[in-house]
Amino acid sequence: MLKKRIIPCLDIKKGRIVKGVHFINLQDAGDPVELAQAYSEQGADELVFLDITATVEKRKTLVDLVQKVARAINIPFTVGGGISSVEDVGILLDSGADKISINTAAVNNPNLIDALANRFGSQCVVLAVDTKQCNGSDIVFIDGGRTPTKKKTFEWMKEGTERGAGEILLTSMDHDGTKNGFAIELTRKASEIVNVPIIASGGAGKMEHFAHVFTEGKADAALAASVFHYGEIKISELKKYLSKQNIEVRL
Amino acid sequence: MKTGIIRYSAGNVYSVAMALERLNVSYIISDDPEHLHCCDRLIFPGVGEAASAMKDLDSKGLTSMIKQYNRPFLGICLGMQILCRETEENNAHGLAIFNPTVKKFQKSVKIPHIGWNTLQNPKSVLFSDISEEICVYFVHSYYAELSKETSSFCFYGRMFSASLEKDNYYGVQFHPEKSGRVGSKILQNFLEKT
Repeated sequence: MLKKRIIPCLDIKKGRIVKGVHFINLQDAGDPVELAQAYSEQGADELVFLDITATVEKRKTLVDLVQKVARAINIPFTVGGGISSVEDVGILLDSGADKISINTAAVNNPNLIDALANRFGSQCVVLAVDTKQCNGSDIVFIDGGRTPTKKKTFEWMKEGTERGAGEILLTSMDHDGTKNGFAIELTRKASEIVNVPIIASGGAGKMEHFAHVFTEGKADAALAASVFHYGEIKISELKKYLSKQNIEVRL
Repeated sequence: MKTGIIRYSAGNVYSVAMALERLNVSYIISDDPEHLHCCDRLIFPGVGEAASAMKDLDSKGLTSMIKQYNRPFLGICLGMQILCRETEENNAHGLAIFNPTVKKFQKSVKIPHIGWNTLQNPKSVLFSDISEEICVYFVHSYYAELSKETSSFCFYGRMFSASLEKDNYYGVQFHPEKSGRVGSKILQNFLEKT
């Protein structure tokens, strides 16, 4: 059976972890490589690195980080944040990233999705979709959630997968940061509409939330940041819990 | 012992190289058939599209080297599919070392098949000394059918070959270099036990 995946997300700025990390046994809580190793040992199935650096030296630091991560861990990882060209992606994949995620650049230039899928294959193209309810409809936001677009979320996900995205990272901005649970209806509808795996994101607070998003939400994977960073949920315990709920996970 | 990693247009060479470094194994990375032919073991990674990968292998003179190679040879993911007879992916011909045809998953399942899945009936030296359930990382849209050469299978909407084995040739559909401790053990078995 294909397992449901648990994916911690690491926010990176200038090669360092942004959010505070309350892990014991970490010598340097700001070191992404050390945190990645710790998550990998706890049983994370994949990692996502989101680079929020907005400087010109960005690419060099990121490539350097990706190489170090690829050297250190033996599970797959995705890199996202400000990626906007086929060239950027080529360098990151050559440096050991398994997948890249695109968001703003794909909305501004949807042909980028086709170009990446044709050049590198759909399996490494993750379309990140930040969505928020506005006047009763689900709208796509870009620029890290700052800018609304005219794109309707479900139509955009359909278009993105038709263009070649192999996976969707769906973040509910309405749920993000609330710790009240994932957006179940939104995730379920997405999972039924598009024929690629859905990574649900936004709202994780308790272990039950993960169970809900896998069962009722039909998600293939669930992503979270703070509950893992601050040690509120341990991945190893989360997986044991899910297994007891008869949800297939890798133990 | 000298291990070679085949470099061509569709290789995830870096990840495989890093996996070997974690095992403290020295290696060379090359696209030169003569250099590669001298290696004691070859690893043939692959991520990407089959037809263009085949074209690139042909242009580098690697197809005949791979067919003539008589020491342990491991194809990973697309590398395994290229060792098969033919593939539905742009109707490419393979190297016909393994008998199965490679087909696309039907739309009754989500495509690609991404994530960790369990191996069933693993019977290969590659899987020796692993006591736990063998759960490994897959990412692919095409699969090799079951055959006499199947050395483990996997279920995703249907049964398919998770690994193939014939003479000195080994193929794995999953990514041992990304499959945690178990994957690392599988690579180690290839390096030490074949």
